Amino acid sequence: MHELSIAMSIVELAEEEAERRGVQIIAVHLKLGALSGVVKEALFSCYEMACENTPLQGSRLQVEDVPVVIFCLNCRAERSLSSAQLFSCPECATPCSEIIRGKELEVVALEIQECVPNPV
Amino acid sequence: MRPEPRLIEVRRNVLKQNDIVARKLRDRFRAAGVFVVSLVSSPGSGKTAFLEKTLTLLRSNYRVAALVGDLATENDAVRLARSQAPVKQITTGTLCHLEAAMVERALEEEEWDLNQLDFLFIENVGNLVCPSSYDLGEDLRLVLISVTEGEDKPLKYPTIFNSADVAVVTKVDLAEAVEFTWETAYNNIQSVRPGMPVFGLSAKTGQGMEDYFKFIAARALQFRQAATF
Repeated sequence: MHELSIAMSIVELAEEEAERRGVQIIAVHLKLGALSGVVKEALFSCYEMACENTPLQGSRLQVEDVPVVIFCLNCRAERSLSSAQLFSCPECATPCSEIIRGKELEVVALEIQECVPNPV
Repeated sequence: MRPEPRLIEVRRNVLKQNDIVARKLRDRFRAAGVFVVSLVSSPGSGKTAFLEKTLTLLRSNYRVAALVGDLATENDAVRLARSQAPVKQITTGTLCHLEAAMVERALEEEEWDLNQLDFLFIENVGNLVCPSSYDLGEDLRLVLISVTEGEDKPLKYPTIFNSADVAVVTKVDLAEAVEFTWETAYNNIQSVRPGMPVFGLSAKTGQGMEDYFKFIAARALQFRQAATF
């Protein structure tokens, strides 16, 4: 269970960006590859924990799942795999180990709100 | 009125910090000419017995050392010390994996002269999930499964098999007793990682160790030749 340390890294990274730009973060958009080694459900609950008592408290984590995409040397084309248990081309069945996508663990965007003084 | 929320693009790798440290380590290892092999497996797969045998036998021809990650005890380091090779325990506490910074810190504490080493082994915490995300600066990652775990481990943990370079099937002396089918295990490994070299061996009887030694010695030689040019 390393999702908590991953979640903390995400929060840290987002906090840094927020501070630098002087904005408040409403949501963090994350690309998560099927081969990233991170379990999405665990990450969600850890994210909430990691946000506690930080400027990101109450923010959302939005995850975009990235399937494994390999390059089939036989078809000379990119192919998306439906399962990480079978690394072969879904069209021609050639075994493929050249991974093009699927290892992502990347913050791609932040949903922000400019900081304005709260009306009293 | 508050302005409308908007989206800004960032594109930042969450594990960038680890990757930076791992790259630094890899450069250091390369410059010193030390070939670094990491070991990942589930708990109880025979990692420590395998490493003890590896250190003991390699020591007659090479200068070897090992870092071992464990949650709480120093038992592994004590066992490995029997090989007479320098061994350093990294106690991770509650952390279920090693990170590059821990390897860096352990090397600093131990003050090993990397130039005086041919092989450095890094035994990760027994876990088939978490270590897959963390690059440790190693040149070769071995994933171990024992025959007692069953043939379907690769299908259950495809990510770690995918992050590894070589698979080692341990405790083959018990294969018959647990009705382990080599072909099924081999096919499962090839299914999640086509082309992966697989070695079957027993640290207890020594069966199959020879082929595996030849393999890592050849890889280390390749590495050194590439590092020199």
